[in-house]
Amino acid sequence: MNPRILRNLRESAIRAFFFANGVLAVIALLGIFGILLYTAVPAFREIPIDEFLFKKNWDPTSPEKVEYGILSQIVSTLLVTFGALLLAVPIGVGVAAYLSDVAHWRVREIIKPIVEILAGIPSVVVGFLGIVLFSPVLASLFGTSHGLNALNGSVLLAIMALPTIISISEDSLNAVPAAYSEASLALGATRWQTLLRVKIPAALSGIMAACMLGMGRAIGETMTVLMATGNARAFPTGLLQSVRTMTANIAIELGEVPYFTTHYYSLFAVGLVLFIMTFAVNLAADVILNKYQEREQ
Amino acid sequence: MTIFRKIAQFAGFMLLRICLYMVLAILFVFLYDIVSKGGSVISWEFLSQAPRRGMTEGGIFPAIMGTFFVTVMTAVLAIPLGMFAAIYLNEYASQTRLTRLIRLSIRNLSGVPSIVYGLFGVILFVNMLRFGTSILSAGLTLGLMTLPWTITASEEALKTIPNSYREGALALGATKWQAIRTNVLPYAVPGMLTGTVLGLARAAGETAPILFTGAAFFLPILPRSLSDQFMALPYHLYIMSTQHHAIQQVRPIAYGTALVLIALVWGLNMTAIIIRYRLRRKWRR
Repeated sequence: MNPRILRNLRESAIRAFFFANGVLAVIALLGIFGILLYTAVPAFREIPIDEFLFKKNWDPTSPEKVEYGILSQIVSTLLVTFGALLLAVPIGVGVAAYLSDVAHWRVREIIKPIVEILAGIPSVVVGFLGIVLFSPVLASLFGTSHGLNALNGSVLLAIMALPTIISISEDSLNAVPAAYSEASLALGATRWQTLLRVKIPAALSGIMAACMLGMGRAIGETMTVLMATGNARAFPTGLLQSVRTMTANIAIELGEVPYFTTHYYSLFAVGLVLFIMTFAVNLAADVILNKYQEREQ
Repeated sequence: MTIFRKIAQFAGFMLLRICLYMVLAILFVFLYDIVSKGGSVISWEFLSQAPRRGMTEGGIFPAIMGTFFVTVMTAVLAIPLGMFAAIYLNEYASQTRLTRLIRLSIRNLSGVPSIVYGLFGVILFVNMLRFGTSILSAGLTLGLMTLPWTITASEEALKTIPNSYREGALALGATKWQAIRTNVLPYAVPGMLTGTVLGLARAAGETAPILFTGAAFFLPILPRSLSDQFMALPYHLYIMSTQHHAIQQVRPIAYGTALVLIALVWGLNMTAIIIRYRLRRKWRR
């Protein structure tokens, strides 16, 4: 055969090989969704969807009345997540603003790896510290018998969301064109006024995306909330109550449930709801970040 | 007026500084607690022996080795696939809808909760492919979870190679693949490896994906094949701090496990940094 054709053939084969690897990511995402859907659907043969989503009680092993309502879990997940954001957003954006506007570059170079260290602590270790370190403090602070409650989970998730919020917020603050702050300073504004009224508003979309990514993390976090929030199945009425999130519920029950029963399928249905929720949040963050980058270019 | 603005600026910056101090204080308290209480537990015995007496005594050797084996399995899947996909995205892909879809999928995969990867692993690897609860199933699940990180990190490494390297090779008549193989990969591999090892470090500390795909509560012997269950450091820490009947009694073991787990994750991080440094120096000559 003509060596040129052979060479072209080989090049095409190599290209096709790398292409297949790229497409694998799409297949994986569709595969995860497809398999969750496929395994969750049998659950809805016995549980009406509206009952599943809007009933409060989850009691699949009750001898009298079996119930599959995940509303308490959804509300618990959101309670812990928003509690975490309430703590993490102001602190995270504050640190990002400090690093981008106030700190000397040497300080910045030291702080960045330290924030990375915080991101590298495994979630099970964070959960462990929630049990041994935070829970006694919370118990004595609020006079409860133990500190395994939604607040404990919120504090820990806030700590875990901080690195994401700090690094992306700092990036977007740094991406604000220098001309903006120069113009503001030239008009006589102080650096603080410039930061507050010019830079932060200009970087707002990036900061929002950072917060949403942190939120996605918090919704999907499993081990920390499983260990630190007490796992009571009741409908949450406050941050000092023990709660059971969707992720924790899957982690607790999947190990004990017999395969291919309604209870088993319903746990995958919880996973499906979780997947859709985090997917929506992450997609929104992605769209915001992309719009922001396009504008910069 | 000016004095008020100066005071406001001072107070504002002070507020930001306090935010930073809070974060540093949290990290310090975390590390101090684990290192001080875990450090006194660590001994050669603790690291080299199996748990004894219903896990109230003895060491964590099987958990260390289990985590090692499953991380190797994760690497086998995630490193080649991640690098190949990154090569496609950075070297071959043009701006088409499919490319955008691929990138979007990768970004969203990195946001899928780890417990959802666990559910996926239970169905696909444990049940459908009949690998059972095993090192193989757990490693593949973790590998899939790590993939988006390794792809992104590898692509970043490829992006840093100047276009003139590729153009130089192409101008001399090399094919695209030849140009990539001789003029891009040798310079990009250190960065690609660094990124993937960082991904592995995160995978080694994960618990939720291995809960139901292969981690064992108590298994004082080492796994002998890929289809065996295994003990793992993160899962052991979870058991020691929540599921054991004598939680207070085993607390020192939990602290020791936490310290070893953190040391392992940072050890991997340091390895990544050393790899980058070494290989960079080698290729500079």
